[in-house]
Amino acid sequence: MSSLSYTVIIGLEVHTQLRTRSKLFCGCSTDFRPDAPNSQTCPVCLGLPGALPVMNRKAFELSVRTALALNCRIAEFTKWDRKQYYYPDLPKAYQISQYDLPFSSGGWLEIAADDPGEPVRRIRITRAHLEEDAGKNIHDETGRGGDSMVDLNRTGTPLLEIVSEPDLRSAAEARRYLEEMRTLLLFIGVSDCNMQEGSLRCDANVNLHIHHADGSKTATPIVELKNMNSFRNVELAIEYEVKRQASQWQKTGQKIGDVPKQTRGWDAERGVTFAQREKEESSDYRYFPDPDLVPVVLTVQQIEDARKQLPETPAVRRDRFQNQLGLTAYDAAVIIDQGPEMTQYFEHTAQLCGDGKTAANWVTQDILRDLNAAGTPVSEFPVTAEILGTLLNWIREGRLTTKSARDVYSVLKEQAASGQSIAVGDIEVIVRERKLETVRDTGALQAAIAAAIAAKPEAAADVKSGKHAAAGPLIGMIMKQVAGADPKAVRELLLKTLADS
Amino acid sequence: MEISDVRKVASLARLALTEEELLTYGRQLTGILDYVRLLDEVDTQNTEPMPHAIALQNVFRDDQRTNSLDVADALSNAPRTDGQYFLVPQILEERSGGK
Ligand SMILES: [Zn+2]
Repeated sequence: MSSLSYTVIIGLEVHTQLRTRSKLFCGCSTDFRPDAPNSQTCPVCLGLPGALPVMNRKAFELSVRTALALNCRIAEFTKWDRKQYYYPDLPKAYQISQYDLPFSSGGWLEIAADDPGEPVRRIRITRAHLEEDAGKNIHDETGRGGDSMVDLNRTGTPLLEIVSEPDLRSAAEARRYLEEMRTLLLFIGVSDCNMQEGSLRCDANVNLHIHHADGSKTATPIVELKNMNSFRNVELAIEYEVKRQASQWQKTGQKIGDVPKQTRGWDAERGVTFAQREKEESSDYRYFPDPDLVPVVLTVQQIEDARKQLPETPAVRRDRFQNQLGLTAYDAAVIIDQGPEMTQYFEHTAQLCGDGKTAANWVTQDILRDLNAAGTPVSEFPVTAEILGTLLNWIREGRLTTKSARDVYSVLKEQAASGQSIAVGDIEVIVRERKLETVRDTGALQAAIAAAIAAKPEAAADVKSGKHAAAGPLIGMIMKQVAGADPKAVRELLLKTLADS
Repeated sequence: MEISDVRKVASLARLALTEEELLTYGRQLTGILDYVRLLDEVDTQNTEPMPHAIALQNVFRDDQRTNSLDVADALSNAPRTDGQYFLVPQILEERSGGK
């Protein structure tokens, strides 16, 4: 087979459950309760005759907030439609969704390029619309043809569908888009984005543009990939699908339009995509406006008010951390990618410490390392931002060396691990007990230096003649004498004393 | 109305119709469509398209929880259940997302 040149074309459809207490059209709970199937339903979400849906205001507000954060235009007029199909998890036999007049369209989300040296990539968002989720089918896994079980707890949960343009060019880019989307949704507080519980889901449309020798291109048939329930699986499934489509092109030469759009599932265990059975007439959804619901009309003023109330997006925050707090782009990204709790922890620490860079160093190194080792979220970490920020402030004020601060930090962690509760006041106690405070009394230091020079005259002579390596034993002696002295300051003062002598 | 259209509509509605029934319903549907087609005589040149029959908008409820049905009540209309789930003939493929 000759080598094939092609461009990968990917568009993503992200579904995210909105963080409301009750469902989109009824007062049933939205809690994730697989242990209590069918305990969160009512005539509305069961689709019983005569039940009337009424829109949850919070769900609509969260939708608008998300669309604004994605730089979308917000429609001044929007309505809901019935999308009709039969499936056991859809008791009404139609899904209330939005067809031709979604509440938002035409936005974008910026992601880092594959090559970090390249400028950010702006991925266009086609639209975001608000719809209801379906229930959950649980299949008989024995293969003996048993019944499928249906749990309708999830039916009617508010779901935001965010459709991207086919602007993504690699599996890695698709993954980064999803990760950035998740970070954004978490920061603006619209979804908990728990992929295991299905509150963030993703389908991918993938095809190739084959490059020919004469410069022309041919598009291959579009395949929709489903059932990818982690970032890693999204990346792996697309990587596999790209290779499969390239080899399929070489075997069949099929172009877009030659065959109907295919749906393929991802088998994570075998690491392959597989063709899913096509439903007859599956695309004939016969949308029409839902007569049970009324349109939503927003004024320009209401849209602008919502824009003003928009929380800071991760992108803006990354810029602020660099410009105002002096962080590197890398450190700002590391912190923000950890999510809102970690970012909040960092900001509080930086504020108390008074030095963003020092706070970032500690958070991205010591704190992240210890959190990963302990496997706990930052909210349960005993060394709170208040404690850490205060400790780092002691360094900044010259009361502790970085090394002594690390010792204090270790002692605090040990105390917490042994079951004691720790607080800001413990810093002072530990520093006092262990005599860790930096000695700023140069008189004591001068005396210790003089004593050390007297005790080791040969070493002192060596240092004076330029062999600075010989200073080590002298500094060690001085430090033993004056606990808490800053080794750097001791070294400087020793060299100066010897030079002046 | 073409018989092929009637067959398609019936299949979308999961109705198994005999050839005779297809003809009967085809005639009835044609009658309904002809009747509705009378509206074509109205001049709508200067009328804004309406997505809704009643002049009402922005009807919302607060994000408050209300009591759900007991599981037994929720399942009471189902042809088959195991007391926890609705039971349906085996489904061979899974869909994801909201469609
Ligand atoms: Zn309900």
